Amino acid sequence: MKHRNHVLIGQLIHYFFGILMVLFLITPLIAIIPLSFSSGSFLSYPLPGLSLRWYQEVFSSGPWLDSLQNSIFVGLFSTVLATVLGTFAAFAMARRNISAQRSILGFLIAPMIVPPVITGLGMYFLFGQLGLTASFKGLVIAHTVLATPFVVITVTANLQNFDMKLFRAASSLGASPVRAFFTIVLPLIMPGIMSGALFAFVTSFDEIVVTLFLGGPAQRTLPRQMFDGIRDSIDPSIIAMSVFLMLIALLTLITSAWLNQRSKNKYMTE
Amino acid sequence: MSTTPLGTTDNVHFEATEPGTLKKSMHRAEKGRRAITWLLLAPLLIYTSVFFVLPLCTMLYKAVDNPEVISGAPNTSKLLSTWQSKSTPLPDAAYSALVSDLKHAYGKPELGELARRLNYEISGFRSLIMKSARKLPALKLGSNDAKQLLYDIDNRWQDTRYWIALKRSSERFTPYYLLAALDLKVNDKGEIGFVDQEQRVYTKVLIRTLTIATVVTLICLLIGYPLAALMVRAPKPVTIILMLAIMLPFWTSLLARTSAWIVTLQANGIFNNFLISLGIIAEPLELIFNSTGVYIVMVHILLPFAVLPIYNNLQNIPNHLMLASSSLGAHPVKGFISIYLPLSIPGISAGGLLTFIVAVGYYITPSLVGSAGEQMLGYFIAFYTNTTVNWGMASALGIVLLLCVMGLYALASVTLGVKQLAGIK
Repeated sequence: MKHRNHVLIGQLIHYFFGILMVLFLITPLIAIIPLSFSSGSFLSYPLPGLSLRWYQEVFSSGPWLDSLQNSIFVGLFSTVLATVLGTFAAFAMARRNISAQRSILGFLIAPMIVPPVITGLGMYFLFGQLGLTASFKGLVIAHTVLATPFVVITVTANLQNFDMKLFRAASSLGASPVRAFFTIVLPLIMPGIMSGALFAFVTSFDEIVVTLFLGGPAQRTLPRQMFDGIRDSIDPSIIAMSVFLMLIALLTLITSAWLNQRSKNKYMTE
Repeated sequence: MSTTPLGTTDNVHFEATEPGTLKKSMHRAEKGRRAITWLLLAPLLIYTSVFFVLPLCTMLYKAVDNPEVISGAPNTSKLLSTWQSKSTPLPDAAYSALVSDLKHAYGKPELGELARRLNYEISGFRSLIMKSARKLPALKLGSNDAKQLLYDIDNRWQDTRYWIALKRSSERFTPYYLLAALDLKVNDKGEIGFVDQEQRVYTKVLIRTLTIATVVTLICLLIGYPLAALMVRAPKPVTIILMLAIMLPFWTSLLARTSAWIVTLQANGIFNNFLISLGIIAEPLELIFNSTGVYIVMVHILLPFAVLPIYNNLQNIPNHLMLASSSLGAHPVKGFISIYLPLSIPGISAGGLLTFIVAVGYYITPSLVGSAGEQMLGYFIAFYTNTTVNWGMASALGIVLLLCVMGLYALASVTLGVKQLAGIK
């Protein structure tokens, strides 16, 4: 106990560092919120007055709303596709009866590791030959590729807590594998699948690099719209959209935490 | 008879009358179960192969693909392929082949592609080709021989360097782009050597990319580790606040975060105005559209990739180890260095590798908050694809980047395992 003072000082510094980090992480996000309610078009304080004009601009019909719709459309389709493909693959690996499991997992999450600029370039060549560039079909296919690793990882992590004996018990009581999957496995791992789907949606919703390679003028997604806006000059409408996206992020964060908790509770009651 | 365990039933002993039949049927059942596993895996395996691996293979192909000269000057390229440039002089037939090829290609897109491709070999070749093709139709062939005709148009045609370059780029596949991505080229003697000093750009870009990724990773680890440690040891409310502070930016759109940083850090932005109003500085600091901006924003974006694996790791280090060390009289610093730190190496490596792998492929963020001097490999890949339509160069740079990333991924898979890297406990 002779080092008590040192420990105390160390702790104090550690907490002070924690405060600094919270400020670093959060301040820029909080600081722009009031600017989005400005009645002027300058992005600095003090505000000339308050108004909702920038939100009106973003959410009245026009390029912003169109791009938001495009992003939701592409996001939903790729989420469904990625979730179905990823869940089956994750369940297959959880059966643990094939030897190449590790390499397969490594292969399936590779789209998350390879920089999107490379994936985008390759897709630009191949999809060009297949007539899939500048089409929603191509964009959904591409976003699904990028999103499946997150589903595979989330569902695999979730299935680690799942006792395969339950599945075998159902089978031995005469349930077909399909029935056993849908009545025993699926309800138990549902929170994990939902988290995976959430991850998949956010991946697609926020995707910019591959979209720049593959999207045509009709496939203007929200990140694309923001990218062009930031490159030209930032005006308060971009800030208003950013604040809206932060709100979405907060909701996603809460949902993901809730799903996590539910998943834990499910296994607790086993 | 072998006594290998029968899959999952090795702990069960059967008293069967005919052990052979039982074993066989167990074996069959196991085979069936394995078939179902593969059936469940098949859709994603096929999907990933077709829409992810195949595009990457297409990129590999584009890096060596060399169709321009063959399709733009078919006769010339066929003729030059048999020419031994080291030992024999250029055959006269080559001149007439080129004249007829240029006449044929004149006014077609193939001519432009031929000229662009040859210009990579010798700068100025483009204008030579275009000039010759433009002037040829006006001149009468037949009276003069093709050789004299070309000499009259431009005396550069007397220089065999141009013909050797033409021959070199007549191959179906070319190492040109892959070599160029490393600032190498095949010279007129057929040897591989560095390009001129002032043209060595890509090694600089590669070094810059690796440097930025390394520095960002180190900063992320340096602040991510104490942050993760604080999350583990602080009371629960503090942990929740810290978690929220890390996860909220993580889930927020990349472009929203980038625009927030630009508004915060620009010359008349929030931060500078705040410091000026406090009287700390008189002139605004240059915090963005330079390397400072790139580092600040990239660290902000990538910090969660470093913190979360470390946090997962530190959570599993039992608390009593440090208590034991201090009760035995060790100074906390010594306890930390000899006990806590070694146990957290898996988390640090996973966080570091993940951060580096993501950072090295970045290009959107540096392109929005950096200057020309901070553009990374990814930027040039996109630039060559979308702006100058030099697909070979884009692909070759893509291969360099891919090799860096896959090398690290392989290293991480072997040392840490894919599961640790992906955060599956």
